[in-house]
Amino acid sequence: MIEFRAVTKRFDDGTVAVDNLDLSVAAGTITVFVGPSGCGKTTSLRMVNRMVEPSSGTILVDGVDVRGVNPAQLRRGIGYVIQQAGLFPHRTVLDNVATVPLLSGWTRRRARARAAELLELVGLPAELGARYPVQLSGGQQQRVGVARALAADPPVLLMDEPFSAVDPVVREGLQDELLRLQAELDKTIVFVTHDIDEAVKVGERVAVFRQGGRLVQYAGPDELLARPADDFVSSFVGRDRGYRRLSFVDGGGIEPAEVPTTRETALATAERAPDAWTLVLDEEDRPRGWLPPRSGPAEEAPGGGVRPGGSLYTRGTPLRGALDAALSSPSGLGVVVDEDGRYAGAVSAEEVLAAIRRRRDEAGAGAGGAA
Amino acid sequence: MLDDLSRYLGSESTRQLIVDQLVQHVELALLPLVVGVALAIPLGWLAQRHPLLRTSLLGVANVVYTVPSLAFFVVIPGVIGTQILAPVNVIAALSVYTAALLVRPVVDALDAVPGHVIAAATAMGYRPLRRFLAVELPLAVPVLTAGVRVASVSNISLASVGALLGIGGLGALFTSGFQTSYLPPIIVGIVLVLALALVVDLVLVGLRRLLTPWARAGGAR
Repeated sequence: MIEFRAVTKRFDDGTVAVDNLDLSVAAGTITVFVGPSGCGKTTSLRMVNRMVEPSSGTILVDGVDVRGVNPAQLRRGIGYVIQQAGLFPHRTVLDNVATVPLLSGWTRRRARARAAELLELVGLPAELGARYPVQLSGGQQQRVGVARALAADPPVLLMDEPFSAVDPVVREGLQDELLRLQAELDKTIVFVTHDIDEAVKVGERVAVFRQGGRLVQYAGPDELLARPADDFVSSFVGRDRGYRRLSFVDGGGIEPAEVPTTRETALATAERAPDAWTLVLDEEDRPRGWLPPRSGPAEEAPGGGVRPGGSLYTRGTPLRGALDAALSSPSGLGVVVDEDGRYAGAVSAEEVLAAIRRRRDEAGAGAGGAA
Repeated sequence: MLDDLSRYLGSESTRQLIVDQLVQHVELALLPLVVGVALAIPLGWLAQRHPLLRTSLLGVANVVYTVPSLAFFVVIPGVIGTQILAPVNVIAALSVYTAALLVRPVVDALDAVPGHVIAAATAMGYRPLRRFLAVELPLAVPVLTAGVRVASVSNISLASVGALLGIGGLGALFTSGFQTSYLPPIIVGIVLVLALALVVDLVLVGLRRLLTPWARAGGAR
């Protein structure tokens, strides 16, 4: 657990970077500090491992005041992932990852063996270990950065805009990877970003900062999107926060309906509905695509006239997936599957929206009752 | 002309003399190079860390480098209390020159180390001195070697001036040639000075390649 108690940082020129911050980060969670540039989020992060010293206030890591610990010693026990990875260009990937174990006095052999384990953990092939950072892609460099931070198995991990320098597709992959790692490792992670999408995706708790180093809201991502504390937060989380919020609304209220189906193997002889789309399934009930209504005999059209389907919605997952499935399907019906990917029914966008409306009414009634 | 040269080099004692002077020249030129580098690195480190020291140290270095070498050779015995003809005067003077010449490249090289790499090293738990030796200095090697190459050439040519004070080295071949209006020693001296500069430069380039395998990795992606 990390606790900030009345922490203020005033720089020599008088600027207040962090203003009387009180906040505690629960052990084993990912907590995101988010805000525009100059809001003090990175300064707050760097006060945890004493890269920046607070002007007043106290920071405790697992109940210990960090000021009482030698800075170098403290930092070897706290993983740190920096923007642009910050790998040492003159060392091989393996030696980069082995940095903290070597500093802590491990033998080179043992440190390298540990480093090789970590490369595997972050999903990098072992042969990359012998390369220099400049020979890696941006995404690979970031993975090495994460591996390096984890090398000494620290309980706390500080991540300073770790994925901001890579392109959006790679960034998304890295975020998923982080969540997968966290499920396995259970670290206490503080993650700094200026990207609200990233914040609500990776954060179990999100702290929104504004200029002048003030914490304006500290809440779970769903709460943040549903009930922004003030105009600053609502403008920061953005106009499309309603859609974004669907990522957190579970799809329990959705009732998938039956649609006409046919087997992939029986396409040639299949009965096609005259005025409805027919879903094509393979031998194991997995959706393969849609057959348009009143389409000609399958043999005549190349590929049997089957249109590729849209995204699939797995039952029980957040509503955003259901809406995506419905909107991306050629038939206008989102295909619902169970955990094994087998066909379970279909939903229209209207039904998803109705489910959302019901949720909102329930939440409104709940909030009204509490007030 | 060639006859003169072969007659000059034909003498066993002359050849021995030339070799002795070459050896002494190497000592006069390269010992200061090592001492100068050893001085410039900590000075550059200080200058790079403290803005006030940076201005003053770089200013002093500039001024020192403009003092004529001959004047230096004459003044140094007075300062460090050595005999006017002692080779150590030349070594001391050239060490100071080398250091003065290299302080700026050291500062520039350290400035060029990316901030996020240094921040990462700090965050990993490096203490400042170890971080300097393990991260900043190795990364400064390419820029630093460029400076050392200039300094080595400058030292090899400046060491010849020592001959004017009666201190040996290849410069002695020039003075004796001029005094007797005899060309061969002058030619041999020039050729050896150039050859020495070339060899030392090649050694430095080889050293840099050896120290920076990472710098060549860039194109291999």
